[in-house]
Amino acid sequence: MKPSSPNQPDFSFRHADTLSKAVGAERYSTDFTPPGCLWAGAKRAGVPHARITAVHVGEALAVDGVKTVLTGADVPGSNLQGIVHKDQPVLAVDTVRHAGDAVALVLAESREALAEALSRIRLEYEPLPGVFEPELALAAEAPLVHPGREGGNLLARGLVDKGDARAAMRGCDVVVEGEFETPMQEHVFLEPPNGTARLTATNGLETVVSTQAPFRDRFEIAHALGLDPMRIRVRAPYLGGGFGGKDGATVQCLLALAALHAGGRWVKMVWSREETFLAGYKRHAARVRIRLGASSSGALQALDSVMYFDSGPYAHLGVEIMALGLEHAGGPYMIPHTRAEGFCVYTNNPVGGAFRGFGVVQASFALERSLDALAARLGMDPAELRLMNALRTGEANCAGVAMESPTGVRECLEAVMAHPVWAGRHTWKEAAPPFKRRGVGIAASCNAMGYGRGLPDAAAAKLELTRTGTFRIFNSVADMGQGNAAAFVQLAASALNQDSSLFEVVQPDTRLCPPAGSSSASRTTYTFGNALLRACEAMREKLKARAALALLVDEPSRLRLAPGVVADEATGRSIPLALLGNMLQRDDRICVDQYVMPVVENPPDTGKAFRLGFPHRFFSHGACVCALEADELTGQVELVECVTAVECGRVLSARGVEQQVHGAAAQGAGLVLMENLAHQDGRILAGDLSTYLIPTSRDLPDLEWLAVDGDEPTGPHGVKGMGEVGIHGPAPAVAQALEDAVGLSINRIPVDPMDVLRALRSNKA
Amino acid sequence: MSGKIVPTFTLAFTLNGGPVRVETSPGRRVLDLLREDLGLTAAKEGCGSGECGACAILVDGAAKLSCLMLAVQLEGREVVTAEGLGTAENPHPIQAAFVENGAVQCGYCTPGMTIATAEFLAHTPDPDRGQVREAISGNLCRCTGYVKIVDAVLAAAKAAPGESS
Ligand code: FES
Ligand code: FES
Repeated sequence: MKPSSPNQPDFSFRHADTLSKAVGAERYSTDFTPPGCLWAGAKRAGVPHARITAVHVGEALAVDGVKTVLTGADVPGSNLQGIVHKDQPVLAVDTVRHAGDAVALVLAESREALAEALSRIRLEYEPLPGVFEPELALAAEAPLVHPGREGGNLLARGLVDKGDARAAMRGCDVVVEGEFETPMQEHVFLEPPNGTARLTATNGLETVVSTQAPFRDRFEIAHALGLDPMRIRVRAPYLGGGFGGKDGATVQCLLALAALHAGGRWVKMVWSREETFLAGYKRHAARVRIRLGASSSGALQALDSVMYFDSGPYAHLGVEIMALGLEHAGGPYMIPHTRAEGFCVYTNNPVGGAFRGFGVVQASFALERSLDALAARLGMDPAELRLMNALRTGEANCAGVAMESPTGVRECLEAVMAHPVWAGRHTWKEAAPPFKRRGVGIAASCNAMGYGRGLPDAAAAKLELTRTGTFRIFNSVADMGQGNAAAFVQLAASALNQDSSLFEVVQPDTRLCPPAGSSSASRTTYTFGNALLRACEAMREKLKARAALALLVDEPSRLRLAPGVVADEATGRSIPLALLGNMLQRDDRICVDQYVMPVVENPPDTGKAFRLGFPHRFFSHGACVCALEADELTGQVELVECVTAVECGRVLSARGVEQQVHGAAAQGAGLVLMENLAHQDGRILAGDLSTYLIPTSRDLPDLEWLAVDGDEPTGPHGVKGMGEVGIHGPAPAVAQALEDAVGLSINRIPVDPMDVLRALRSNKA
Repeated sequence: MSGKIVPTFTLAFTLNGGPVRVETSPGRRVLDLLREDLGLTAAKEGCGSGECGACAILVDGAAKLSCLMLAVQLEGREVVTAEGLGTAENPHPIQAAFVENGAVQCGYCTPGMTIATAEFLAHTPDPDRGQVREAISGNLCRCTGYVKIVDAVLAAAKAAPGESS
């Protein structure tokens, strides 16, 4: 299959689904407002750590139009949410552990009554000392986030250990050492968390939610509220963005609890933007200490690193995120001896969670900055240093897993190095206008695909031939904007040799679609795509067999699928799909098949204390060049060029990859240039979009993408995941460019213009 | 139904080319009026405080943030939402350009972006990239990095010179 050029018209299904969005016809979760629905909303704690002494709901109940006010005592079931580790109450009981904890839930007839009632709930607290810094939280005398818990504030420790890093370090010609910090980051999906829910006449629970994991949501709701998961139906329409922030319960359990008290009426819950800042999950803030050693020729020898992840008061996916960070401690490089130790720590800060780049962003920034320091020490070109250490196919990564799947990191580096932004950097820098300093930086990255060993990365796909001879794909993996629904149509249309206009897609619905894992971990197209291709294969064989009956052919294998028909080339006769559709009963028109992502077969004994998701077998690769201009008068930094190459197997849809790379690079650029979720003692100071700034169209250059064609033999048509790898480049590349421009070596992000000014002043002095 | 007895009035305005009369309270947010009372859900709420542009509509040809407007402000006005620009069967050239240029990912920002574009191209029919970036800078998009959106706006300007609103 030939990749389509990004400038060619899109294939028709992507055309249809984006057109429906563009004209405002597509119905997102937030667009369902059933007439006469009730409105639900949570009262948030507002303080980071306290004992609840009283929740006064009387005045709220007195508000006209308020139906009920619920507190922790009203939650049936375990009252605990969490994807792997269940430790987050739906409604707080006794204690609040961060400012966004929900303490009470109001149901009202209107949004106005809801807002009024929420403002009239009075909370009485006895303040508790909090912990807001992971390393301090591990001190013996630190206040405990979950008193009585074995392990105290240490949620989990992890270790990836290959060879003997500490001994090898002693034999290195050069060793660099550093400490690096990456901040919390807000997803800022434009559609806030929201959903609707009701009890059905048969006592089932029906919900429509903006969610990345509809199938898992059933179990999370059921566990928290003591319900039967099989009586819960979750539908996930197209999402207005997710990026990891809608993986795990946002509104789900609160909404379900509200529905239990709504007497069969629909209940709607929509978080405001401020509530999303307060209560939503964040990229984990992390601190990484690294020692990196090499020979005098620049060959990497040893890596010794320690990472601290700030989980906030609940686990969410923190342990798994830390584990993935550890697994990427050595990046896309060949380092014989590696040790990466991680601590995932409870604090009273906002809750950490999944975010595109899942632990890898944090590890990658620290490693790439260390490579810069090493290049400077060795007097080497930073690109050459990366190139000479780039992991080749067959070599073992820092987790000791030999890369059997092709690694394209070298090709990515070569692609961006050949680009004029890198190749012509000296001339460009010399042409800097007055009062501007220019610099260029380069970085490489890799990002694992899928859940890793120990947790089946599975999907089942259902495909139906309709009575009229068209096809219906039951998509089990939510489309948060990445276009997987359209990619599935493209895969199926080509497998069945049909025009894509013959396909429609049913969006995830736990009642209609067979189960699949979440829309996350760069796994969506790979895993569901493979399941779908198998279902297509079954469909093709079935259609040939049934057509053989109608055509009186005794060798079905000689029949072929052609657009709209099953054809017998030998006789020139054919039977239209519409006729077949009409002929078969419904059960016979459906094919279901499944796929489980293969895992590392003989995993090395390098990962200690991991239960799930280690190690990974498949990785996508990337390299990025950023060029920037720093203003000598203001210290402001402008990103002028950002070129990203990614290798993600075969490029099936150039536009699809380009869109993901642009979006990921933009979020990476935001992370390094401006996104500052300032917080103090557990309270977010930049809690809305007027204070937490994300890139606007004026803050970014024309981001560029370079295709590096690869091939993943196990992937659907050779494809690997590519949703995340593009986010890693800008932070380290900008940091290196800043050093190039003004001699400022940053070890934390985002860039502070005051630091730029200080560096310029000390240069002059 | 709500917390207090709120006075209602009959609001009359033109919506996507047709007359509308609706009983509402003067203080109803225009965004809620459109989405919940009139069933037009193209305008989206991304922030509710004038920061994101997802809720943009045209009022007498000017792009306005409907999350910051009250129903009473629509009296006698001419309002166009993204639904009024075009439909799937007959999209507006701007909407078609967004689709053809890959400017739509999650699509949540798109109706607001197309409204901002419609106003912009009406008075700047032949813009350059910098002008486009300036014009849409009040509309946030978290998915695309804006490159394709800028491409789309320029393509729309080419496709329909001088008749974009
Ligand atoms: S919802 Fe109106 S500007 Fe964001
Ligand atoms: S396409 Fe998702 S916010 Fe713009």
